[in-house]
Amino acid sequence: MEQQNIYQPYLMEIEKITEEAPMVKTFRLKFTNEEEANNFSFRTGQFGEYSVFGEGEVTFCVASPHTRKGYIECTFRQVGRVTSELASLQEGDTIGFRGPYGNIFPIDEWKGKNLLFIAGGIALPPMRSVIWTCLDLRDQFKDITILYGARSVDDLVYKHELEEWKNRPDVNLVLTVDPGGETPGWKGEVGFVPTILDKIKPVSENTIAIVCGPPVMIKFSFPVLEKYGFTDEQVYTTLENRMKCGLGKCGRCNVGKVFVCKDGPVFTRTQLKQLPDEY
Amino acid sequence: MDKELKILKYSDLSKLIERFRSKGFPVLAPVQKGKVIEIEPVDTLDTIALDVLLSTQSAKKAAFPKVEKVLEYTLEKAAVKQTAIDPNAYAETILFGVRPCDASGFKSLDAIFGEAPSDAFYLNKKEKTTIISFSCPTADDYCFCTSVGGGPGYTAGSDIQFTAISKDELLVEILTEKGKKLSGLFNDLLTDASPSIDKEKFLADVKVVFDLDKVISNTTAAFNSAELWLDQSLRCIGCGACAFVCPTCACFDFQDEQNTKKGVRLRLWDSCGFSLFTLHTSGHNPREVQSQRWRQRIMHKFSYMPEQLKVLGCEGCGRCSRACPVDMNIKEHLTSIALQ
Repeated sequence: MEQQNIYQPYLMEIEKITEEAPMVKTFRLKFTNEEEANNFSFRTGQFGEYSVFGEGEVTFCVASPHTRKGYIECTFRQVGRVTSELASLQEGDTIGFRGPYGNIFPIDEWKGKNLLFIAGGIALPPMRSVIWTCLDLRDQFKDITILYGARSVDDLVYKHELEEWKNRPDVNLVLTVDPGGETPGWKGEVGFVPTILDKIKPVSENTIAIVCGPPVMIKFSFPVLEKYGFTDEQVYTTLENRMKCGLGKCGRCNVGKVFVCKDGPVFTRTQLKQLPDEY
Repeated sequence: MDKELKILKYSDLSKLIERFRSKGFPVLAPVQKGKVIEIEPVDTLDTIALDVLLSTQSAKKAAFPKVEKVLEYTLEKAAVKQTAIDPNAYAETILFGVRPCDASGFKSLDAIFGEAPSDAFYLNKKEKTTIISFSCPTADDYCFCTSVGGGPGYTAGSDIQFTAISKDELLVEILTEKGKKLSGLFNDLLTDASPSIDKEKFLADVKVVFDLDKVISNTTAAFNSAELWLDQSLRCIGCGACAFVCPTCACFDFQDEQNTKKGVRLRLWDSCGFSLFTLHTSGHNPREVQSQRWRQRIMHKFSYMPEQLKVLGCEGCGRCSRACPVDMNIKEHLTSIALQ
């Protein structure tokens, strides 16, 4: 039986590079093969393996919404070997992409509900995909609140889009920076995300909360959500772990028996509570 | 298919290898190389290490090589051009002279690589490999196949199995359609075997040492038993040798190698025992200490795989214990888990 090479990436051209914050860039990628472009689809929440040929692959969620066709975007911070190489590339360069992998945010089940997005630092990119998807389907949802925090004003990513969300009457955007991270002209909040979450007193009734950020932010945000009556089924997050294949074979992203790559990366808090402490 | 029983003269064994080779089939078999016994291509019977207890390396590399090219590409300025690697390009191969635990070890790999989306590199090699195993006349203290559902004459995974029933004769069990097809090459050397031959009589005596159901249920319940895992792994130096010799370990890594013009992406064996295996770029490591990595090894094989893939991740070959430089013994570890 003839079978496909599941490890062969699509070749993608870097169409546009946006500097988001220090060491943080967004790549807009378009397929170099038209047929592949036409056959490709993904759903918000899914991720992929991006390759710099010669350096290897790196895992990011797709940062663009599935409602916008013809390209995908990824946003990454330059930290390790592959992201450093990635950051050195120019518009017009070619990279590889395998995906989409993993499960999705069940936005169809969220119709008619309020959405509360809580993100910290470089965890806004995976959430940005969901936010724009929901904004592109705006009439399907009630109130949309975005609480986003970073270490400093400089570290906030997607500054242009934050501006756009701020100016939209149908979005309630709350920005915060860690104490000491504010600039003289800063008009947003100052304080850690869980503190500001408590301050804005989120309404749990008919609301879905989507939380994504560093482990410590998630850990302290959950009790606040609980305080305001959010049940575990109302709270979603997306996990990440080191991966190679993205397909449940290479054996490293599992948390207990659950593979982040194929059973996740999206989990409800109910599912999260069933996971052992291994992530 | 119903298995067929035949007799082959030991003296005709070399003809088998000759015929396989003359038909162009590559033959992989255990070969003594210095102190270790590797699974290597052979041309003649006399190069095959048949009288050994077990090869040092498992036979998994027949379908899951230690290093395998999964991508090939050329670079031209900004553009990258990929040369398609055809995972289907693989010659019909005969894996000869391996032990029953090697043959049945492929069950675990089949489950991992066969799960959708399936890994064509593995599946095609496996599909094109016909396995002729030799049952075990001897065993050592590291062997515990009978405790994990196998045995010295276990036939699952083998297409043909040979058992020495006298100095001159081999009992030939033709077990699968694939085996039947291959036996067409040496039918003239086979005579009918009496159905009354008691194969068991010629096999090693491997005692059952633990209750497998208990191991599975106790392992599943033991995730948070930090003391147990620490106790078992205190000596572990995280060298990964256990995974490299294991017939069922399938974890892998990718590495790129390239010069200025062209490159390849390689898939290589990896091990959950390595500290870098799960390390995040941020410095966070979900399995920070060796006891957590040991727990992963045992739980993957005896809890996660049975539950999710309906297959055990262990054949009881004992290779991991033989290879361990600090003398960890999985048979003892499992026995103690069963007695928890």
